[in-house]
Amino acid sequence: MAKASFYTASNLLLFAVVSTALLAWTYDLTRETIARSIENEKLKLIAQIAPSATYDNDIMKDVADLAADKLLGGTETTVVYRGRLNNRPSIAVLQAVAPDGYGGRIHLILAIHHDGRISGVRVVSHKETPGLGDYIEIAKNDWINGFNGISLENRKSSEWKVKKDGGTFDYRAGATITPRAVVKAAHKALRYYAQHRDELFAQSLPENTSGKEGKK
Amino acid sequence: MTVQEFKDIFYNGLWKQNPGIAQLLGLCPLLAISSSVVNALSLGLATTLVMALSGSAVATIREFISNEARIPVYVLLIAVLVTIVQLLINAYAYPLYLVLGVFLPLITTNCIILARAESFASKNGALASALDGIAMGLGLTAVLVVLGGIREIFGHGTLLSGIDLVFGEAAKPWIITVVPDYHGFLLAVLPPGAFITLGMLIALKNWLNLRAEEKARAAATIAVSSQAA
Repeated sequence: MAKASFYTASNLLLFAVVSTALLAWTYDLTRETIARSIENEKLKLIAQIAPSATYDNDIMKDVADLAADKLLGGTETTVVYRGRLNNRPSIAVLQAVAPDGYGGRIHLILAIHHDGRISGVRVVSHKETPGLGDYIEIAKNDWINGFNGISLENRKSSEWKVKKDGGTFDYRAGATITPRAVVKAAHKALRYYAQHRDELFAQSLPENTSGKEGKK
Repeated sequence: MTVQEFKDIFYNGLWKQNPGIAQLLGLCPLLAISSSVVNALSLGLATTLVMALSGSAVATIREFISNEARIPVYVLLIAVLVTIVQLLINAYAYPLYLVLGVFLPLITTNCIILARAESFASKNGALASALDGIAMGLGLTAVLVVLGGIREIFGHGTLLSGIDLVFGEAAKPWIITVVPDYHGFLLAVLPPGAFITLGMLIALKNWLNLRAEEKARAAATIAVSSQAA
């Protein structure tokens, strides 16, 4: 009996070890390619939310590290992309995390005009329920465009909620946790921007600027 | 493998034991992703790939697995294969990943894969098991596509919407607007719409089966009576 149990256990162990090795190998094989695709995708997203007319510098090179901040929802350093027009700050692209999505963290990227109006928001990655909570993706729905043009001035603090909670943002029945998390994260990111705008644009480039990226 | 075995495997997968409308296994992804043709087709094919891989993997190692540990090992194998497929699609077919991304891990929860590992692959050779996986996967894909097509027409009035996400902007003209200025029918898009449509598909299959049986019986009776005469 004991011998049979031992055999079964060692059998399971063997397969667990082999599977783990296989996964680790595939992960290692694909890691760089995946990181590159995500980076490219981010560039495309930035182009979507920060219109090229709003800046004339090389926005991808004008970066600064932002220390982790509760208002950005992150526990890690993130990168901000700074757009300038005629050498004056015009637009900033921030990365924020909504930690309380239905399926965990929702990674967002926001472009904010210098005057504090949102130029655009995009979801970089999420794990919300397919077909239900994924309408926050621009590919599925234009819900996220509801953020365009709003600011702390033209929306009171109490209006930064989904309509169900008495705010001004649309939501879809059956999936309110997702938009709630995104709205909250965007609101916090705007508040962060309002508090840190000038230092954010004044901050010098990090020492190592070769495509530096906040770890995800 | 004989030609007959080959035919049997595909007949079972595509019609007789079709996972979608006969075995009724794997309903979770069936309901979640059959809201449009493109979603249904892409995930159906990804599931087919995983089933072919898991079938042949299970058949290859079946001799080495202790009987008590077999189910956990199958589950482990399927989860590993799904993760590998997900990583590979993420790395080498990124546009496709953007479409399927969140759906891919759902393949693991599709019990049809475990069911085929247990009922077919654990008793057959690697080649037959791979073919069984392909046949079952294609059967499931066919049901998904029909379901997705019906739900998309009734729900949005279009066909093939989202195909530009798979093939790029150039594919946008492929989207067919069946009913122009359609206002949408939410029930068809939501899971209840999937249940109702699936129910009708199952009814249709049962009706076809019954009719075929009756025909066969009538033919047999005629044969017997003509023999007697």
